[in-house]
Amino acid sequence: MTGMKYKTPLLDELEKGPWPSFVKEMKKEAHRPMVQDALGQLERSYEEHISHWKHGGLVGVMGYGGGVIGRYSDLAEEFPAVAEFHTHRVNQPSAWFYTSDALRTLCDIWDRHGSGLTNFHGSTGDVVFLGSTTAEIEPLFADLTKAGWDLGGSGSNMRTPSCCVGPARCEWAMYDTLDACYNITQNFQDELHRPFFPYKWKFKFAGCPNDCVASIARSDCSVMGTWRDEIRVDQAKVREYAKTVDIESEICDRCPTRCIEWDGKKLEIDNPNCVKCMHCINVMPKALKPGLDRGATILIGGKAPIIGGALLCSVFVPFLEMDPESDYEDLKELTEAIWDLWGEHGKLRERVGEFIQRVGLSNFLEEIGLDPVPEMVMAPRSNPYIFFDDEIFETDGE
Amino acid sequence: MADVTVEQVADAMFELVSSMKGKRDLKPMDVTKQMIEKFGGDVDKQTCKKALRTLIDSGRLTYKYAGGSYVTLPES
Ligand code: SF4
Ligand code: SF4
Repeated sequence: MTGMKYKTPLLDELEKGPWPSFVKEMKKEAHRPMVQDALGQLERSYEEHISHWKHGGLVGVMGYGGGVIGRYSDLAEEFPAVAEFHTHRVNQPSAWFYTSDALRTLCDIWDRHGSGLTNFHGSTGDVVFLGSTTAEIEPLFADLTKAGWDLGGSGSNMRTPSCCVGPARCEWAMYDTLDACYNITQNFQDELHRPFFPYKWKFKFAGCPNDCVASIARSDCSVMGTWRDEIRVDQAKVREYAKTVDIESEICDRCPTRCIEWDGKKLEIDNPNCVKCMHCINVMPKALKPGLDRGATILIGGKAPIIGGALLCSVFVPFLEMDPESDYEDLKELTEAIWDLWGEHGKLRERVGEFIQRVGLSNFLEEIGLDPVPEMVMAPRSNPYIFFDDEIFETDGE
Repeated sequence: MADVTVEQVADAMFELVSSMKGKRDLKPMDVTKQMIEKFGGDVDKQTCKKALRTLIDSGRLTYKYAGGSYVTLPES
């Protein structure tokens, strides 16, 4: 193994213990000058408690407004190999399925043009290539596109959509997350590569409310699989579970709407009051199955705390059919209506969730032409700004 | 009313961005709003998007990221 150029006692701490360590992995690549200098600079940052990466500037490929994130060292004289160390986002395949050949192709391309360091995958979902010079940006892009790959999103655009493994491996998938993710990615290529928004927009596709892609917390638009008929119950199998599971305390008491009853023989679910949280199904997967009338709930407005605080998505459309035959037209139409409004009136760096808080949900709905429905309200009467016609009527009649 | 071509809008956009160089960074939506103001009912968002695309694809303008995304003259 090549010797280390710098002493890194603080980073070395991260090699201890049984878990994976990026320091260990980077040291294996010590023959690369970029890796040596990246470690040297990082050690310095750990000592001084500040980052030595500067970002921004004009980096990118011709025609695209995103996909390459400029990174420069502010200690370029000391660590010349990382003076330019740009990040590239590469649009991942739906649900992160690769052939070994595809992975080899990606790695070979990256070995030719950059540091060889990767991140499979970033929290956006993309494959992340860490560290290239400015001169290598276009040649890397040319090789990627020749091999059938494309850059993902960055900046004020639609970010690379991502999805859970869905029907490829999971029986709870209520719609084809892989197809929907791919379809939306292809349909909105302009929005992905040509920033036109006040800030970023993220789509995430979860096949069911278990939400393995954490779409509710990490996307501006969460497309979450659901059903609207009844949970299918196999009573004999419920009785099997009853031998090992305390159904009263583990299931009935933990149902968020308390809509399940168990008399020791029969499980009764008051389906109209079920909010499709998946809890009972997750505990007794052999006895309970979701219904068969399937689609997705569209939730809007989630984000991590970057500028303002964190927000979770809230329900916008309680049920939308997600038939691949429909080409997801309804979802596209809703999306475009929201983009139009937020695009025109959103402030710089204002996510759609914050925009809705600022203008008010009822104004927002009115502008995009959506009627308020009870599912949009988090808890009864917690939102005093939306009135239903029959309620207003009752009050007027008093 | 005379039809405004994508090229005319593109030229007007280029002029606007050039005139603001060093003064204020413009977002794609700022440029679009100003074009709609300038040309009135003759151009819409779609035309502006097309005009922006020709400017970016030909390299006359480029995107830049500084917290948000902006359009600007390329560095010479
Ligand atoms: S979100 Fe639901 S459908 Fe998707 S992988 Fe998780 S459990 Fe399966
Ligand atoms: S899915 Fe959730 S809300 Fe529906 S019955 Fe089961 S535990 Fe209750």
